[in-house]
Amino acid sequence: MSMTPYRLPVIPSIKKETYLSIYSKGLRLDKRDLITPRRVSIETGVIEKAEGSALVRLGNTQVMAGVKVDVGSPFRDTPDQGVLTVHAEFVPLASPIFEPGPPDENAVELARVIDRSLREVGVIDLKSLAIRPGDKVWIVWIDIYVLDHDGNLFDASMLATMAALYDTRLPDYEEYETGEIELIRDRRTDGLKINHTVVTVTTAKIGDFIIVDPNFDEESIADTRLVVAVDEAKRIVGAQKTGDHGLTREELSRAIDVSMKAAEVYFNALEEAIGRRVR
Amino acid sequence: MQGKDRVIVVPGEILPKDTVGSEQYLIEADSGKMPVVVGLLDMRGDKPSFIPLKGTYIPKRGDIVIGLIVSQGVMNWFVDIKSPYNAVLNVSDFLGRPFNPMTDDMSKMLQIGDYIKAKVEAFDRSRSPVLSVQEEGLGRIVEGKVIDVDPTRIPRIVGKKKSMLSMLIEETGCDIYPAVNGRVHVKCDNPDMEAIVILAIKRIEREAHTVGLTERIKRFIEEEKSIRGV
Amino acid sequence: MAKAVEGLRLITEEGLRHDGRRPDELRPVRMEVGVLENSDGSALVEFGKTKVMAAVYGPREPIQKYMVLPDRAVLRVRYHMAPFSTSDRKSPAPSRREIELSKVIREALEPVVLSEQFPRTTIDVFIEVLQADGGTRTAGVTAASLALADAGIPMRALVGGVAVGKIEGVLVVDVDEVEDGVGEADLPVAAAPDIGLITLFQLNGVLTREELDRALEMALGAIRRIVDMEKETLKSKYQVAGEGEE
Repeated sequence: MSMTPYRLPVIPSIKKETYLSIYSKGLRLDKRDLITPRRVSIETGVIEKAEGSALVRLGNTQVMAGVKVDVGSPFRDTPDQGVLTVHAEFVPLASPIFEPGPPDENAVELARVIDRSLREVGVIDLKSLAIRPGDKVWIVWIDIYVLDHDGNLFDASMLATMAALYDTRLPDYEEYETGEIELIRDRRTDGLKINHTVVTVTTAKIGDFIIVDPNFDEESIADTRLVVAVDEAKRIVGAQKTGDHGLTREELSRAIDVSMKAAEVYFNALEEAIGRRVR
Repeated sequence: MQGKDRVIVVPGEILPKDTVGSEQYLIEADSGKMPVVVGLLDMRGDKPSFIPLKGTYIPKRGDIVIGLIVSQGVMNWFVDIKSPYNAVLNVSDFLGRPFNPMTDDMSKMLQIGDYIKAKVEAFDRSRSPVLSVQEEGLGRIVEGKVIDVDPTRIPRIVGKKKSMLSMLIEETGCDIYPAVNGRVHVKCDNPDMEAIVILAIKRIEREAHTVGLTERIKRFIEEEKSIRGV
Repeated sequence: MAKAVEGLRLITEEGLRHDGRRPDELRPVRMEVGVLENSDGSALVEFGKTKVMAAVYGPREPIQKYMVLPDRAVLRVRYHMAPFSTSDRKSPAPSRREIELSKVIREALEPVVLSEQFPRTTIDVFIEVLQADGGTRTAGVTAASLALADAGIPMRALVGGVAVGKIEGVLVVDVDEVEDGVGEADLPVAAAPDIGLITLFQLNGVLTREELDRALEMALGAIRRIVDMEKETLKSKYQVAGEGEE
């Protein structure tokens, strides 16, 4: 069951006026323009025990992503493919609005939007994850951990996911005559076969303005948000409207246009972090 | 059918700018007014008027309502008045004097399941509506039947200048009290007559938007009376 | 979900779809309101074999008193699939997909429900997918819109929904399960055309910017037709009631 959020902090009405008046000058409170994301920093290999990991800072938002791999059975309808699972936790240390407990609808939505953005375009070559097709395949778990919530968890989580996937090295394993496979986790081998690189860009509609990369306050006053997933060839590989209001056709179009442009900033940050060009 | 003077309209449609009707059911748009519920646009008067066919009862100060006692507090009752908000009736109001829990037994006054006729004393949507029974004719309903109808149909059961209600009373000889919150209290000496009134009211509810209704209901009552021999 | 069969073509040389529809053609649509006695409003909506029921309760006092807002009603929406609605039995426990869809459907309805008229109350919308053959979330939005109007919940306008897919390079409206299983992209959209608002927008799959614009155009055109059908359905309920008189 989904409910109108009833536990959100109260936003002083004067705050929205302040934001709208500064937007009308083409600026944000932190001197950015409306269509540029906050400063991005991406660090990879932050958790040694994970097969891949990354910590992303987007302004004051911090998201960590860890990749763990296991050997398991493939799904019946895709016997020659590995398994990819995305899970997100909004842990209570990250924000006063997060409560302990199973993922709420926001965490589920975020994980599923990221999952689709990876899956639909085929970011990871799942066939390359078959060890013995029909029998043993790699199971790749992507766990997204929000550590500090200052808005725009989608973009930060997608960057962390992508960087952690690039950082991933599969463990070595031994294959017994019985068919069993034992992992040797401290011996790492190849990376994942990554075919595409995807970033998401979140825009918020606030009054008549469309802004990129809203912070927490901006999300609180936003009418609604749009998340657009873009790949290295500038194709749109996913999208989701999230929030309690609607968008006009024109606003939607404008939001997609600025998203395509802002994606460049994220791609630059990602390329710098992984040390190579993907476009 | 509705005819060209009276048409069914639905949310999203644009009505003429000069359409009259309750603010609760009409919103202003650039090119006219938009109904927010399904209703009837009646163009027979000086100005088109919008009559909702489905709606929610929102209490107003001064309304006389028929309520159902649904639970009991320490010094009040909670009353279902067919509104999103349960109403409160204080024991002191019921008694007309301060309540003494040592000597006054609430369950001897009103019980859960009782109907009451009461007046809305106060309501502002931020607190529960407060009821009062301190007036002539208010209090516990001791005999007769209470029929639930959609609150938007009450005006039709009353009719223009009470035409429908007067006809119902005249034809059946029953006491009939339609309360604005969508409950009608019917009290007849003859049980057959009571059944006829209930059927008639249910039919008015169903056909509230059709023309020639008063005449049709009158005929219906006459037919029923002759069938039942009353 | 249906899987691609090697060599199976879903678009014929004449440009028709596997069930004979043109790309911009909806499946046979059936709508009915007031199908349930207990609820304040209800609707049944069918797009081909997809069959979805919605019921509305409220505005009413919430069961949990703390789940209220002081200045508006809380909207609660549940999208749920019946265990027998799919080829393989679906577990009745809410899946992650159902949790997400409940959210996006609620957010598709919030912009049109005048919830500020009923502070401190809840309005409940329960959607049950009885048979799933593609497009259940958009049929769910359509059924919910009808059920809300049937319940007399004040609304700015009606909402309708449809999904546009890209199948073998061709954009088609109202994708069914077979098409969804092989499509390159799926774009579920809901909108309130009378007030020019897009209220649900998701893209699963890959589209160019130009394709996205065309797909959205197709979706909005179809939604206009769907909302017109909603209006006729609501009106016919009262026309039937008065039939045979005068």
